[in-house]
Amino acid sequence: MASGVKPRVKVPKSASAGEVITIKTLISHTMESGQRKDSDGNIIPRSIINRFTCDFNGQNVIDITLEPAISTNPYFEFEAKVPEAGEFKFTWYDDDGSVYEDAKSISV
Amino acid sequence: MKNSRTMISAVAAAALCVVAMPAAADENANLVLNGEIEMTVRAPAPAHLENLSEIFSGWVFRSDETQAMQLDDFDNPAMIFAEEGMDNWAEVDGSEGKSCASCHGDIESMAGVKAVYPKWNEEAGELRTIQMQVNDCRENQMGAEPWKVDAGDALNMEAALAAVSRGMPVNVAIDGPAAPYWEQGKEIYYTRFGQLELACSNCHEDNYDNYIRADHLSQGQINGFPAYRLKNAKLNGVQGRFKGCVRDSIAETFSPNSPEFIALELYVASRGNGLSVEGPSVRN
Repeated sequence: MASGVKPRVKVPKSASAGEVITIKTLISHTMESGQRKDSDGNIIPRSIINRFTCDFNGQNVIDITLEPAISTNPYFEFEAKVPEAGEFKFTWYDDDGSVYEDAKSISV
Repeated sequence: MKNSRTMISAVAAAALCVVAMPAAADENANLVLNGEIEMTVRAPAPAHLENLSEIFSGWVFRSDETQAMQLDDFDNPAMIFAEEGMDNWAEVDGSEGKSCASCHGDIESMAGVKAVYPKWNEEAGELRTIQMQVNDCRENQMGAEPWKVDAGDALNMEAALAAVSRGMPVNVAIDGPAAPYWEQGKEIYYTRFGQLELACSNCHEDNYDNYIRADHLSQGQINGFPAYRLKNAKLNGVQGRFKGCVRDSIAETFSPNSPEFIALELYVASRGNGLSVEGPSVRN
């Protein structure tokens, strides 16, 4: 697991049914491209977040593929329609197999 | 001969660029942080400032987009670094088995500290920046290695300490034992350095709100430091910025933590007495 990884999510606490809300997510992550070398000249192995998903009550909201050119601390802002009270689940998938998760509930 | 002509035309071009241009941003915008903390970005100049009547935070001079990034902690990329500093606050380091929190408690209790630094330390008999004070704590209270000045951990901690003081007015003391340092800082501020023969005041006092090439000159206030700069995507310390400015005048610069820059930091901070502590801010 890459060090210093910390997911952050901002979701409104409540919304009216059918309302479109803005969700902001940020994960601190080095997004190591695999192109850089350390001070001894050895290649630093690639470690990027390659996939990000958001689900609402088991239904997929967004599914994103990330490529190596995406910079450190990737930030996503997107909108979602809230039909009912429930929980948003956020998942980040790292190259090294680690999975980072966060969840936020919303009331209607 | 050819060289000197190029030099002259370059200087002429630079002079031409310093002309008033339409402002890029709404000059009357107000900075309200997270929808709750009202920040002072315009204030009457402190009494010791002879040549300005009003002082402005650097935030006022930035574009709408850059301003917006600072309005919300979630959108402010500098807060990632401040949070690392806050994590460090509670982390035990050194031979004494202590963290900052062991003596000081919650970091929130340090609200207002950033606003009065650089500050005279009576016991040590020296003027200290907040980074020097942190390092003194690390060495003498925690038995830990001091952090490298103006880099990584030290800046993160400064950002964390600034973050808990946001909204409070900058109020550094310039009298008493700090007075000679303040005088020294003022001397440096008005001294022309380098081949371009530029003093801090030439840009930030005589020409603020004008453009120097594509840059919208601010008053060079440091209430927003440490600042996250979009150009290098990291936190920048104030003395590192001083160094950059002196370098840009094509001069041999002082080093961060040199007596000259510590004095200059006090003087420039005092020029912003009355503005809100805004760090960690977002600048371009």
